[in-house]
Formats: sequence, structure tokens, C-alpha cells
Amino acid sequence: MDFTFDNNIPIYIQVLEYMKIYLISGVFQCGEKLPSVREFATTFKVNPNTMQKALSELESMNLIYTERTNGKYVTKDKASIAKLKDEYALTLAKSYFQGMKRIGLGKADSIKYLERIDDAFETTRN
Amino acid sequence: MHLKLLEIKNLNKSFDKKAILKDVNMEISSGKIIGLLGKNGAGKTTLIKIINDLLTSDSGEVYVQGKPIGVETKKIISYLPERTYLNKNMKVSEVIQYFKDFYEDFDAEKAEKLLKDLGLDINAHLSKMSKGMQEKVQLVLVMSRKAELYILDEPLGGVDPATRDYILDTILSNFNENASVIISTHLISDIERILDEVIFIDKGKIVLQSDADKLRKKEKSSIDEIFRRMFKC
Repeated sequence: MDFTFDNNIPIYIQVLEYMKIYLISGVFQCGEKLPSVREFATTFKVNPNTMQKALSELESMNLIYTERTNGKYVTKDKASIAKLKDEYALTLAKSYFQGMKRIGLGKADSIKYLERIDDAFETTRN
Repeated sequence: MHLKLLEIKNLNKSFDKKAILKDVNMEISSGKIIGLLGKNGAGKTTLIKIINDLLTSDSGEVYVQGKPIGVETKKIISYLPERTYLNKNMKVSEVIQYFKDFYEDFDAEKAEKLLKDLGLDINAHLSKMSKGMQEKVQLVLVMSRKAELYILDEPLGGVDPATRDYILDTILSNFNENASVIISTHLISDIERILDEVIFIDKGKIVLQSDADKLRKKEKSSIDEIFRRMFKC
């Protein structure tokens, strides 16, 4: 996967976002050992210090933890990952509705559009 | 104890009465990638040459790991000059041997591996290679030393975007954690993603030294944008 970064936003914040998606989507499961800072830095093609900063943020949010001398692990607390997923989904949904509101469409209409997209998915699959 | 990797105090240098560096002060610690950013003629290369003992200053002090510039500091600095100094009649394998003889900290195996990754023929003569390929060879040699400080003067100069990405990857994955890398360039947008710190130099003066992400947060824009705004012609 290729990661694109917007140079206008601190890089560690963008790395943090990618990491959250990894946790939410289960690329890294609860309790799983994470690759080293250096391995992550190579994957994201960012500076190891930037990676370290993003991981420290995740740690302060209790989404990952460090086992001394052993490396970093995803939290064992499934509820906190579920909560993260819920918050993330809500943010995405809000931004969709805000966009629709800007062009004069209310909640009911917006949902209709969502259903139409759903139909489009079905047709492409068949 | 936290020893400063590079310390420069009140450094001045002029050529023919024209001041090129004016009272330069800076400190660099270990484990960082630093962008030395400035327009053409801002004094980047002159500063780098002084740190590498290729030019002498008029006044001021430069210390690398607490030692004044000299033989001992050259041992721990790996320098990529703007222009290659390699003998074009040599084969790549001969240049590797040359570096092995010259630098105690040179890792020939690593150099050979990196060259192989890049698809460069170790038996080829430099004169038979394109400019971009020669630049890659030079970078591989520089990054294959186990130095404390890497100084890369315009490493992205004449290379295509794909090679540029490769060079950045090479820099990222090959500098050891206790070392620092100083990259001088005016091609800021290409490299700003990998920088920890930025130093802006203009008309021979250091005008700004800051953590890259902090600067982005404060100014709400890219380093490239901040640089353009500050030095608008």
C-alpha cells in the first residue's frame, strides 16, 4: 500500500489516522504484537521519530501498550477498539450529512442517496 | 549526559570581502533528520564545507561530538558532496575497494547489497553510467558508512521522481538510530515528509530552526509553503 501525506498537516497526525484505521479494521487484532517502530517507519516511509510520536499518541489513548523490553501490543480491551470504531464511523457519517446539507438536502433525502449507492454496489457486483 | 552532535558558534566566512556566513549559531543532536533549507546562494554549501574541513572559517567554532574540526571529526562524518569526485575510469567494484581502504567504518557488504537492489552492475565503469546512476552509486557509498553524522548536499539534484523516492527510502532505512542526517536542498516539498527538524538559512544567516511538525501545526501549512512565504522574491 502506498501512503500519501498532506504536507500541510503534521505528519504524525496523519500516521495516527492510518494506525487507527488499522486497529478498527482488525489489521492488528486485540492483544497482537505490533511491528517495531523502525518497521512501521519503513512501511509508512516516514521518519522513525515521527512514527514514535504517532505510537506514543496511541499509547496515551490506551489503544496500544508497551511491554517493557518486549515491544508494543494492541490493547486487550475490545471495548475500547469498538468505541474507536463507533466514533470514527460517526465522524464519517457526520461529514456526509454536512456535505448534503450544504447542497440543501435533509436527512431523509440523504439516506435515500445512501440506499441508491447500495443499489449501485449490488449492480456492479452482479 | 546528552552530548551535542554538532555545535556551531558565531561562525563567519567571507569571500573577497563579501560575507557568505554571518554569525551562524546552531546545535544538532543525535537521531534526527534535519533539512538545511535555503535559496541558491544562501550559504548552505559553504557551511557544509566548513563542517567537513574543506574550507576554513574566518572566525567562530565548530565542534562535532565536542571535538574541533579535523581528522577525528572526518572519521565520523559521511559527506555527499554536490558534485561527484569519483574517478570516472574506475569500476564500481574498485570504488568500493577504495572506500574500504579509506574509511574504517565502511561496510562493503552493505554497499554491494544496496547496489544490487538498485540494479547497478558492480563491474561497470562509472564513465559508462548515466548521471543519475552515478549519483546513486555515490549515495550508496556515503550511506554504507557507519557514521555519526551524514551530510548530504543536494542529494536530489538531477534525479527523476522515482529515484528521488528511492533515495529518500535509502536515507530513512539506512541511517542508524544514534546518527543524524543533514540534508541540504531547495527542493523542499520532496523531502519534508521525512524531516524531524528544519533550519532555514538566508543570506548567510540562520533565520529559523524548528521541529517540522510543530512548525506545520503553528503555521497550518507545509514547510514548503512557509519557506516560499518567508523568502518571496
